[in-house]
Formats: sequence, structure tokens, C-alpha cells
Amino acid sequence: MTDNPSEDIQAMDFETAFNALQENVSKLEGEDLPLEQALALFERGQALAKRCAALLEEAELKVRTLTVDSEEETEA
Amino acid sequence: MEQYSLFQPQNILSVSQLTGYLRQLIEGDDLMQDLWVEGEISNFSRPSSGHLYFTLKDSQSAIRCVMWRNSAARLTFEPREGLAVEAHGGMGVYETSGQVQLYVDTLRPAGEGLLFQEFLRLKAKLEAEGLFDPSTKQAIPTLPKVIGIVTSLTGAALQDMLNTLRRRYPVVEVVIAPASMQGVAAPGEIVAALKLLNRQVKPDVILVGRGGGSIEDLWAFNDQAVARAVAASEAPVISGVGHETDFTLTDFAADLRAPTPTAAAEVATPDRVDLLGALTELANRHTSYLNSRLSSLRWSLGQAHNTLARLSPSYAVNTYRQRLDEISLRLERAARVDLERKTLHLAHLEQSLRSLNPHAVLNRGYAIVTRSSDGALVKRFDHVNPQDDIRIQVSQGTMDARILQTHQENKHDR
Repeated sequence: MTDNPSEDIQAMDFETAFNALQENVSKLEGEDLPLEQALALFERGQALAKRCAALLEEAELKVRTLTVDSEEETEA
Repeated sequence: MEQYSLFQPQNILSVSQLTGYLRQLIEGDDLMQDLWVEGEISNFSRPSSGHLYFTLKDSQSAIRCVMWRNSAARLTFEPREGLAVEAHGGMGVYETSGQVQLYVDTLRPAGEGLLFQEFLRLKAKLEAEGLFDPSTKQAIPTLPKVIGIVTSLTGAALQDMLNTLRRRYPVVEVVIAPASMQGVAAPGEIVAALKLLNRQVKPDVILVGRGGGSIEDLWAFNDQAVARAVAASEAPVISGVGHETDFTLTDFAADLRAPTPTAAAEVATPDRVDLLGALTELANRHTSYLNSRLSSLRWSLGQAHNTLARLSPSYAVNTYRQRLDEISLRLERAARVDLERKTLHLAHLEQSLRSLNPHAVLNRGYAIVTRSSDGALVKRFDHVNPQDDIRIQVSQGTMDARILQTHQENKHDR
């Protein structure tokens, strides 16, 4: 994922960003990476953590209700 | 008259004796002390003492009942006029009024016993089919994206669940599939709602919940069609049927059972506060990794710098320069020692020389004689002849003289 320059962290949902953050830190700590790559991972991690925190702070619960009509349509 | 012999004066019982005897009869009868009776509640009263007084009746008869406060406290429903119930207890006599009455220790709505039998039968059946098998339980996702909710739109359970989700994990998307939670239509609606969610929404987890109620109110959750739909759900199901103690078939069939709708919403989601803590920790691990990486790089850089300096030509030049300095210093030191030794030797020589100085000898009274003709030193008597001129050097001056005669020294004169 780090190889993907077009990765859009700002478009990620919480689960994706949080999982990516956990992977990111494991990658950073687990491998002996070249400095440039490590720096890129570090910056990505900072951005992911920021995205996750922003989502948690600002999110409004999205609620929708299925209608019986929609069921009948699909049942039919 | 013979038949009235019992009422002869000597056989007359007091009222107390009669009620006492009645009481003895009743309390000594095992059947009377452990019985179930069914009937309808009437003349219900609950004074401030907390004890319950009522009459159980059917179409033909009635019997007084008492339920003491400590037994009444265990009731799971509200007894009321006209309610058909089943009561358990023992018969006794209230001697004050001679009233025969039932002392009730357990009271339940009528039919519950049958319902319970039916429940046990269904439970055994579904269990045998493997519907409750722990190995078929699905794991509840830790970070759900979409949560489905099957509940009534009018119940408090929905608001409880939404409030909990909003507080703990507001990033989740909630899809509600409405269904009646009680009544004859409830089982069918619950099954339809579960199917609808699985087919249309494919949520990460489904919460099925309703608030507390009597066991009759929860009966839809003991419907085998509901239990089957819960077990068959593709998305994991968490039941939150508001009853702390009684398990419904839905609870057994669910992947996870929570005691209330709020608790179901809680186990379905991580807590925002925990997540923020985890985020801080993850961010810190990034930073501390970078710091340790940078400081180790800095150290390596220092090492490389040192190695480089050692390998550079200027280092070699400096090394030779230093060795040169050392050698010249040693040379200098050696030369100085040699010089000092020679100086000392010279002084010594001077001393010897001084003692050999002829002038010093002259001071002691000796004289140096030279031939005036050629200045040769006269060391022997035959170096001069009579009439030769000589110069005699003594202390502080010279004298010129002429040889009169020479004499050879006799050895034995000495």
C-alpha cells in the first residue's frame, strides 16, 4: 500500500484507516527498511492516525430505516 | 336424638378447639402443604405491609390467598384483578376468622408452565439439530462498518441502541429493519427483517433487541422460526432481549447473547475512548521508531566519520608528523645527554691538565731550562755544554745564564 502514491487517506473509512495504521506500525517496527521508505511509512502513519482521530471526533451516526415496501419489492 | 350425641354438653368444642383441630388436619396433610392451584385473581389488595391478599376463583368456587412480602418480592409480573394465574403454596387456617386459606410462595401467569414445557421441548429439538452448536458461532467483528438492527421503531430499545452506538462508535452506519417485537405477527416480521438485512444490506453484524418484559412479552424470541433465522443469518447476530435471567431460544441461536439492547450495542462496537487511546499509542510507536532509527543512524554516521578520518591521507601525514616529532625529541634528548657527558669529561680533563701545568710545577720551586741557541728543552745533563747559554724559567720570570760545567750524576749517589 505504501507503494501506491495515489492512496487517498482522506477517503478511507475508519476500519480501513485503523487497520492500515496497525499494519503500518508493524511494518515500520518489523523490517529493516531503508530510511527513505521508513520516513514515508512514518508520514503515512501520522496521516492515518490523524484521519482516524478526525473520524472519531467528527463522525455523526448514520442511520437509515428499511421499509417494508422495499422488502415486498425484493420478495416479489 | 342419637345422631346429635356429639352435641351433648360434655362433647362441646370451643371455637378455638375446632379451628385448632382443623388446622392440625390441614397442616398434617402432605398434599395440602405442597400444591399447585389455578384460578383467576379477584379482591386483590396490597397494603403498605407489602403482603398480598387476594382470592382465587373459578366459575364455581373461591379460596382466600395470602402471599407474604418476601415471596411477593420475587414476582416477575404484576398480579392484577382478573388475571389467570397458577399459585403454589400450602393450605392453612387463619384462626382469628376461621378462614381456610392458601399461603402462596410462587405465583405465575397461567399457561406459563405449559409454555415452559413447550420451550424445553423446542430447545431440545433445535439443540439436537445443532442450531446452538458453539462451533457454528460466528466471531463478532471488532470494527464493524455497517450494523443492522432488528427491533420495533416505537420501542425504547431502539433509542437505547442508537444512543450507545453514537456514544461509542459514531463512525458506524446503522440500518434498521423494523419488526414488531411482540404479538402474533412478531415472529414472522422478525424473520423477514433478518432476511431483508442479509439480502439487501449485508451488515457486519446484526443486533436483535427489545426492552424488558414478562416472559410472555418475549415469546416471539422463543419461536423456532426466529431461532432458525438467527442461526442461519449470514451476518453474525447479537441478541439483546431485555431479560437478565431467562434465556430465549433466540439467545441460544445467536452468535452472542447480551442481557439488554444497550449491552448488545456495546459488545458490537469498540469504545471511542479506547480507540482514541489506541490511536495515541500507535502514533507514539511511529514517533519512537523514527527517533530510535534516527539516533542509530546518527551513531553510524559518527562511526563512519571516524573510520573515514582514519583512512584519509592527512591522517597518515599527521601520523608521520607525530612520529617525526617523537623521533626528533628522542634525538634531541640523546644529544643533550651526550653533550652533558662530554662536558663532564672535559671538565675532568681540565682538572688533570691543570695539575700537569708546568707553571704549577714552577710554583712549587722547579725550573724549566731551555737552550738559548735553539730553545730546546734541557732534560738531561749532556744536552748542554760548558759555555752554552741557557734560559731558566722559574715562577714569575726568566733568567739567562751560562753553563760553567756539566756533571754526570753517579747512580750510587742517590
